[in-house]
Amino acid sequence: MGGTVSADHDGTNLLEVRGLTKIFGTLTACDHIDLNIAKGEIHALLGENGAGKSTLVKMLFGSLEPNAGEIFWNGQPVRITSPGAAKKLGIGMVFQHFSLFEALTAAENIALSLDDGSPISSIAAKARALSYSYGLPLDPESLVGDLSVGERQRIEIIRCLLQTPQLIILDEPTSVLTPQEADKLFETLERLRAEGKSILYISHRLEEVKRICDRATVLRHGKLVGHCNPREETAASLARMMVGNEVQAVVRAPVEGIETAAPLLEIRGLSRKPATPFSIPLKNISLNVRAGEVIGIAGVAGNGQGEFFESVSGEVQQQDAASVRIRGKDAGGLTITGRRLLGAAFVPEERLGHGAAPRMKLSENLLLSRHATDGKAFVGAGGMVKGAAVYAASQRIIEVMDVRKSAPDPEAAALSGGNLQKFIVGRELDRRPSVMVVNQPTWGVDAGAAAHIRQALIELSRSGSAVLVISQDLDELFEISDAIAVMHNGELSKPMPIAEATFEKVGLLMGGAEPGHAEHTMETA
Amino acid sequence: MDITVNILLTIATAATPLLIAAIGELVVERSGVLNLGVEGMMIMGAVAGFGAGYLTGSPWIGLLAAIAMGALFSLLFAVMTLSLATNQVATGLSLTLLGLGLSGMMGTSFVGQPGERLPNLYIPVLTDIPVVGKLLFGQDPIFYISIALTAAVTWFLFRTRTGLTLRSIGDSHTSAHALGIKVIRYRYLAVIFGGACAGLAGGHLSLVYTPQWVENMSAGRGWIALALVVFASWRPWRVLAGAYIFGAVWIGQLHAQAFGIPVPSQMLSSLPYLATVVVLVLISRNKRLTMMNTPASLGQPFVPDR
Repeated sequence: MGGTVSADHDGTNLLEVRGLTKIFGTLTACDHIDLNIAKGEIHALLGENGAGKSTLVKMLFGSLEPNAGEIFWNGQPVRITSPGAAKKLGIGMVFQHFSLFEALTAAENIALSLDDGSPISSIAAKARALSYSYGLPLDPESLVGDLSVGERQRIEIIRCLLQTPQLIILDEPTSVLTPQEADKLFETLERLRAEGKSILYISHRLEEVKRICDRATVLRHGKLVGHCNPREETAASLARMMVGNEVQAVVRAPVEGIETAAPLLEIRGLSRKPATPFSIPLKNISLNVRAGEVIGIAGVAGNGQGEFFESVSGEVQQQDAASVRIRGKDAGGLTITGRRLLGAAFVPEERLGHGAAPRMKLSENLLLSRHATDGKAFVGAGGMVKGAAVYAASQRIIEVMDVRKSAPDPEAAALSGGNLQKFIVGRELDRRPSVMVVNQPTWGVDAGAAAHIRQALIELSRSGSAVLVISQDLDELFEISDAIAVMHNGELSKPMPIAEATFEKVGLLMGGAEPGHAEHTMETA
Repeated sequence: MDITVNILLTIATAATPLLIAAIGELVVERSGVLNLGVEGMMIMGAVAGFGAGYLTGSPWIGLLAAIAMGALFSLLFAVMTLSLATNQVATGLSLTLLGLGLSGMMGTSFVGQPGERLPNLYIPVLTDIPVVGKLLFGQDPIFYISIALTAAVTWFLFRTRTGLTLRSIGDSHTSAHALGIKVIRYRYLAVIFGGACAGLAGGHLSLVYTPQWVENMSAGRGWIALALVVFASWRPWRVLAGAYIFGAVWIGQLHAQAFGIPVPSQMLSSLPYLATVVVLVLISRNKRLTMMNTPASLGQPFVPDR
């Protein structure tokens, strides 16, 4: 593979992209991008959020139309006008935000993307056989809504493979997998490469890219930075290419005497029945978060983290008022505002729609979440809003968190995901809460912004607050937590001090292994 | 015995337009589009059906005209909501208002004119079988169409690939688009099918039920058909069951009024709507069933990003 890093027409390129450009209004999302993918290679597409990776891939898969540029498939110029056309050429895609239908079964989902008109029962049999042969076991009769995120990804992959594509595009595939599941996926990808298929692998996890990818194309702010061989690079040098400058390392000073510190957030025997047919019940969860520490909750998505966050934040109230205690007071029966008044702050997973109202300005979003908790700071006599104070506070947050925006006070939906997340986290930090609960603090946030958010959370804890972070990103949890607990199927393991925790141990717990039997299950996994 | 048969026959006649309009709307909603214009499409079908029948003297031509008018009128809705991505609720409501007004204007010269009636089926021997003969073999042609339509739609939605595709679009149009399914084209066809059904239901009113033209003769049946779809949790055979229950309630209240049962007539007329509310509350209790059958993207405009 080495030495073929050239844009020449040597006939072995399956896909060649030249000068591909996409303009949205005033924003050039992709600016003259070149990309070559050889037959039988795993090619990484690297870049921060907003670098133009998704836009590029959508153009390759026909869901977006380029403004300029050419695409060559097996040396022939092609126009990919629709996802259907992409499939006809032999391009398959595994989406990051799954394109599955929850109310249909796995087999029906697969059948939808095959145009050959064969009956569903035969598709189910084929899917089952294929899934076992790749070691991704799948029950075709199960309803997608009932499946975990990892299982849903299997369906996506199997669906893609059944179309026998030449090029498979995987968009951030490991973000929802346990380390062990990710290993399984890498085996599958290597096997596909051995079969001569090409893979375009989109990720921001540099270790992974170094491990399995033959070449890499790096994008930054919609422009091509360059091509490289990731095996010859270090994670730091790849990160530098992506970000453009050094990423600030997160510093976590060790804490001492934490055992004697007062628990500011106590969860005692929290249980909850499943709220919807597709949600997870919580089973007797207990946890203390003390002043000065960061506790991380790991787990594969869809194991009850969302339900847990709702219960802790007060989005859903508990029957047992003592099951959630904030600063020594029973808070289980309180609403979000009630809990906020006790000194807690919450950052939900979903930025648009939960964390912020998309069509409202940042200052209005600030007012929405804090008018009830900040006394007379933002609302004056007779319920009149103090516009100037709200605006000043939002500008202060924008400055502290380095939120990049196109207008002085834009609508929340106009910000990129990372910048909006910085604003939402900043809005809560600005209150100096004594308890902070954050769900997926840096999901879809670029490296620079993620480091900023993580550092801010650590600093909050070191100033005497209790911080609880729920995240699917293990790297992140290892970076910021003083102890890590794992949520699996609605149950929470005991927090493991960070000094004892390893990826292996946490990964096994994420997969549902009993803490005591970790060694046994390793071999069978 | 004869009275019972006659009551059953009137129930079937009352239920048929509800069933046809609701089956059409079910297909529309399964594709993720909420067309609140059923009442408007129905009354347009009724006036076109009556008019064409009256002018040509052939109720069959009237029937075709009713279907065509329903489809044409729904095309207006489709262009607005699918191509121009307008709000479906507002567009559907205005379609109903437009239909009620326009049909009244078109039908001024038809008021009081004798209409053509579609003949009931008559098969010698079979129709003459006591009791069941008239019920099974002696009804109007649209009755048979409505039953066949229910079976065909069930088969289409749950047994064919195209039906699966249609359901998937209703579940998530963004996912469907990502798979390369032509969301807008499917929805156009679904909306037009729904319109044709509503037109046919309207034709039933003016060519079978009461073969004459009266302004506002659809009398809220389009709204009941809409409620029926939710009532049936988007299942065709449940639509049929619901249509007959509502048909029975409708006929029941007429008989109750005729017999002078001392209940205010307004109370009885409101029964079908009250029943809808009660049933909606009941079925929403079974969350799993509701989630599995409710088209998740119902009513959301779809604009593919290009």
